[in-house]
Amino acid sequence: MIRARQLEKRFGEKRVLRGLELELERGGFLVVTGPNGSGKTTLLRLCAGLATPTKGTLAVEAERGRIGYLGHEPLVYRELTALENLELYGRLYRVPQRQERSGMLLERFGLWEARDARTGTFSRGMLQRLALCRTLLHEPELVLLDEPFSGLDVEGSALLERQLDELRADRTFLVASHEPERLQALASARLALA
Amino acid sequence: MTYLADVVALTRKDLLLQLRARDTLPAMALFVLSALVVFNFALPVEESRLAALGLLWVAIVFTALLGLGRTWAAEREQHVLDGLVLAPCDRSAIWAGKAISTFVFLALVELIALPAFSIFFSPVSGATVAGVLLANVGICAVGTLFAAMSSAGRGRELLLPLFFLPLILPVVVGGVGAGATDDPLRYLGFLALYDLLFAILSWASFEYVVTE
Repeated sequence: MIRARQLEKRFGEKRVLRGLELELERGGFLVVTGPNGSGKTTLLRLCAGLATPTKGTLAVEAERGRIGYLGHEPLVYRELTALENLELYGRLYRVPQRQERSGMLLERFGLWEARDARTGTFSRGMLQRLALCRTLLHEPELVLLDEPFSGLDVEGSALLERQLDELRADRTFLVASHEPERLQALASARLALA
Repeated sequence: MTYLADVVALTRKDLLLQLRARDTLPAMALFVLSALVVFNFALPVEESRLAALGLLWVAIVFTALLGLGRTWAAEREQHVLDGLVLAPCDRSAIWAGKAISTFVFLALVELIALPAFSIFFSPVSGATVAGVLLANVGICAVGTLFAAMSSAGRGRELLLPLFFLPLILPVVVGGVGAGATDDPLRYLGFLALYDLLFAILSWASFEYVVTE
């Protein structure tokens, strides 16, 4: 699903990734760890197609609309409600029966009651839950998650773990996390960036 | 049809955001009115209609610049552009939706500006109104693209006018010409040609602007 050869990424003079070799098979669950600034987020952005490598090759066998990307930001409009945000993304991502799918995800992530509230009023944890709904809305085959537990409370974290466990069977995951122990049971491989 | 549906959804989203945030539109309206009031006092009473017409275009261009500076504010501040760019829709639909919503905002502001100009200076001719409408297309097509380019970099407040103003000069020439001559069709045709050319160029190049 993902193959990187001698992957390098620079931002000006700063080299973030250097000579990275990576192979992730379809259905795999790769957990990426490393200290701040080691290039975890950059790797995910490269895989999503949001950035281009400076050197080396990166092949991702998933079309643009088949990738689910959860970044540091929720990527939602604060002046729109949770439901409006998901419906907008649902249309752009060609999600069939997007209203039903949006509703189902909001319910699953405990946001149904807040569906008509503007996301500008949401707490950090609620925004993270909504971002997870957005990421999974179009049933992506490749799921890229950058610190998915960030901002989630105990209940939210447990909910996410359950979701990942359910989805793991028919999807490929690349997850960057400072809490790899949470993902130990799910991970098929680990990559430590220095 | 899918492309059009995407453009409609994105335009609707921008209009809804503005309706709720109410930040850019009132600022643009206040700015254009203030500018016209200042020009009213700055321009000597006996000064010609042509000079006043020129000032109308100064007000329109700088009001548009004010609005364009905020065009991508929601995407920039809330980092939403990443989410839109990852969608399988044609990326030019993002530009088209934004350009159309900017056109609507500018036209709404001009609904205030043109009557105000008539009160302060002289009645506005049909050719001027046609010129303003055609100019809006060019301003929004070019401005939306350059606003996207400058919003990604540092010093965007400086970059946007530097990119935008030289490119929009033909629009001002065409707009003033349409209102000032006895043969406005020649200038309106020139504006339509500019709109067509730059709308196609902006539409086609947006993909490269939003890719890193």
